[in-house]
Amino acid sequence: MSTPATLLAESGCHINANCAFPAPGLNSFNFKPIFSIGSFDFTKPMLLAVICMLIVVGFFWAAFRKPKLVPGKLQLVGEIGYTFISRSIARDVIGKKGDKFVPFLTSIFFFVWIMNIMSIIPLAQFPVASRFAYPVALALLVWLTYMYLTFKTHGFKGGVKNLVWMEGLPKPLIPLIVFLEFLQNVITRPFTLAVRLWANMFAGHMLIVMFSVASWYLLTPSIMSAFAGGSFVLAIGMTAFEILIQFLQAYIFTLLTSLYISGALEEGH
Amino acid sequence: MSAALETINLAASTGVKGNLGAVAYGLAAIGPGVGIGLVFGHSIEAMARQPEAMPVIRQNMFLGFALCEVLALLGLVVPFIFS
Repeated sequence: MSTPATLLAESGCHINANCAFPAPGLNSFNFKPIFSIGSFDFTKPMLLAVICMLIVVGFFWAAFRKPKLVPGKLQLVGEIGYTFISRSIARDVIGKKGDKFVPFLTSIFFFVWIMNIMSIIPLAQFPVASRFAYPVALALLVWLTYMYLTFKTHGFKGGVKNLVWMEGLPKPLIPLIVFLEFLQNVITRPFTLAVRLWANMFAGHMLIVMFSVASWYLLTPSIMSAFAGGSFVLAIGMTAFEILIQFLQAYIFTLLTSLYISGALEEGH
Repeated sequence: MSAALETINLAASTGVKGNLGAVAYGLAAIGPGVGIGLVFGHSIEAMARQPEAMPVIRQNMFLGFALCEVLALLGLVVPFIFS
């Protein structure tokens, strides 16, 4: 085999068959393009991202198309999701001013969550956010919102002050703190926001692939298949654990977004 | 520099092989491990002492967890940057 296989089914490797363990690596994340337009390749993660977008837009459109005073079933589910973000994130972190941002936060939360959930849906089974460009695009959106709100609320001078300044510092520390605050607020924040989502999804997908490949590899017509069973059980367990992590990461992404927004809105810090 | 070379020579002479990135990630995971333990431990203690403050505590718990966790994740990312 010249190139390592992306999918588990492509490797017909078993133990005792003079065949090294096909360890999953970065090759598990590179897909052959479904179709190409010129040099533009349309791959599986892109398809999944589009499907996630359609699911989120379609669901909320269907739920709130004709809002009724006494909600129907779909509207009820939509309202539960909306009030979850509104109460537990926007109100608690930003306060009264946060009501304006609930639609933004809700879209981010559900888009990230559905993208993560794709990791465990049969046939999809790939977390879109484990390709770095997707979380980067989302973090860039959050960063632009953060910058826009900072400069809109405080003006140019106040905005710069809000980003790099701290009150009541001894004089010799000022250059250091200004540098660190700038680094933290302008560079590290969007970077860590993107990396957190990416690395969690990457590591989670890698774990599931690892145990799935191992259970396929260890499967032989002998007593040794017990190990394959153990590996399979672990794969199932990891999948269950991933459900928790996926929700948590979407929640944390939204929580940090609202924290940045509240930092941009408040008077000095 | 020479210490690093000695380590490499030692590794070569004793037949230890592998990726140094794995060791580095193991080291990078120590601090966040302690940090996450502290965050959750103290949050649970706080929730037990004052159950009515649970929503606020839980929210700040996840915030602290996220800020600690990212250090370990940066350790995961570094080998990809330098490879």
